[in-house]
Amino acid sequence: MEKLDSLLLQEIAGMHDIPMGAYNIRKNGEGLSRRSTANIEIRPKTDNPGIDIIVAPGTVNESVHIPVIITETGIDDLVYNDFYIGDGADVLIVAGCGIHNSGDKKSQHDGIHTFHIGKNASVKYVEKHYGEGDGLGERILNPVTVVEQGEGSVCEMEMVQIKGVDSTKRDTKASLAAGARLIVTERLLTHGKQEAYSNIEVQLNGDDSSAQIVSRTVAKDNSKQVFYYNAVGNDKCRAHVQCDSIIMDKATVSSIPGITANSADAQIIHEAAIGRINNDQLTKLMTFGLTEEEAEEVIISGFLK
Amino acid sequence: MLELKNVSFAVDTDSGNLEIIDDVSFTVRDDSFTVITGPNGGGKSTIAKLIMGIEKPTSGKIIYNGEDITDLSITERAKKGIGYAFQQPPRFKGLTVRRLLSLAAGSTLPEDECCSYLTGVGLCSKDYLNREMDVSLSGGEAKRIEIATLMARNLGLAIFDEPEAGIDLWSFSMLVKSFKTMSSDKHNSVIVISHQERIMSLADEMIVIADGKLKNQGTKEEILPTLMGEFTQECDFRGRDNK
Repeated sequence: MEKLDSLLLQEIAGMHDIPMGAYNIRKNGEGLSRRSTANIEIRPKTDNPGIDIIVAPGTVNESVHIPVIITETGIDDLVYNDFYIGDGADVLIVAGCGIHNSGDKKSQHDGIHTFHIGKNASVKYVEKHYGEGDGLGERILNPVTVVEQGEGSVCEMEMVQIKGVDSTKRDTKASLAAGARLIVTERLLTHGKQEAYSNIEVQLNGDDSSAQIVSRTVAKDNSKQVFYYNAVGNDKCRAHVQCDSIIMDKATVSSIPGITANSADAQIIHEAAIGRINNDQLTKLMTFGLTEEEAEEVIISGFLK
Repeated sequence: MLELKNVSFAVDTDSGNLEIIDDVSFTVRDDSFTVITGPNGGGKSTIAKLIMGIEKPTSGKIIYNGEDITDLSITERAKKGIGYAFQQPPRFKGLTVRRLLSLAAGSTLPEDECCSYLTGVGLCSKDYLNREMDVSLSGGEAKRIEIATLMARNLGLAIFDEPEAGIDLWSFSMLVKSFKTMSSDKHNSVIVISHQERIMSLADEMIVIADGKLKNQGTKEEILPTLMGEFTQECDFRGRDNK
């Protein structure tokens, strides 16, 4: 593996080497290497670019790594990944995309991920987005995530974008059957002239389904963030949406709450807050001997942790 | 040694200049435990903030160990060994108690050391080490953690702003026992702003501030008897929460 490849992989997937378990590494729009295991099959699609990931029912304590890296300028990569998680399986999926763009053309990766999560299955999905490179070419990531959760399933999604992505439009849609639970944590930092849009729509269709969506974001410089989160309760269910943003400099943050109840037994809460770093917080850390800049860094990194 | 020389602090208001601190001078000796007391709104916390550098005096000088620190920033004063425990500690989303203690100490603290500071302020360390210093903590819990952050440092001058505020009396009497020992072991001199008789009874020196002026200074034997009559309306020595 080239040095740049491994640096990007480390950044997005915490990979120091070829990972244990099943994996698929995609580079500059093509599959680089792939491994299936006895319980997890990864096979390339025949109709579209992308892969099907099939996890056998009852598979536990296994992981799948499917990182994507782009190291060339001018790449426009669209990929469809479908996950079929068998009943009762319990797996970790590590995705993510790292773009190194040193050229003047834009590099873009749009990952369309669809999850079919079986009854009582449990999925932890971690996705990190990262961009770097000193070229003028933009680094763009527009992920679409569709989650269909079977009865009693649990899906925990952690989506992180901390650095270097110029523009991102994220669309996430989930539908939950009875007893299913969805936990989404989104963490985002934008700086410079970056723009980030994130739409999440959760349909709580089944009795006793529940969803928790937490977003923590920091907008610096002239960046712009827009969030539209909508939780729709169609049966007896619970949902909690919490959006918390720190705004700095000349940034813009728009947090648009949407909660809909189509059942009298739905309990849905939305909380949203946008504010600058509190002066007392800075002062407190400065009384420990930190400079104002160091204090700010500590507050932001804690907030996004 | 800390010296305040003719320190005044005024703020602009709609109705003109408002004098918060008016020509206050006093000295805090090395190895001393000084309690500053006086009625609410009299300027005690402002004096603490002026010493820490959170506010800058309109006139006068602040001398610390022979050096004029009047124009130094909060950070510079902290590096010279001055520390300040807030009356109302700020909360931080995502910052754990352990991280906060380490930031205070200036290096990553081993678990057992963090635990000893938390135990010292009456908190069960296992329950708190990895908790976030956010709004989920009660006022009393946050206050104790704030005190612990000062215990995690070796300071030339430690200032505690009403450490009793928000802490229930039962816990407070336990806290008081270890307060002076801990403070004196870790810090060269200690200033405590307090209305609590239990805290005052620990004092070597006492300073009374009222209406922005220094009303009295002396040993606790000299000052305590004079207070009982003077401030009965404003101060409740039976231990009322004075927040």
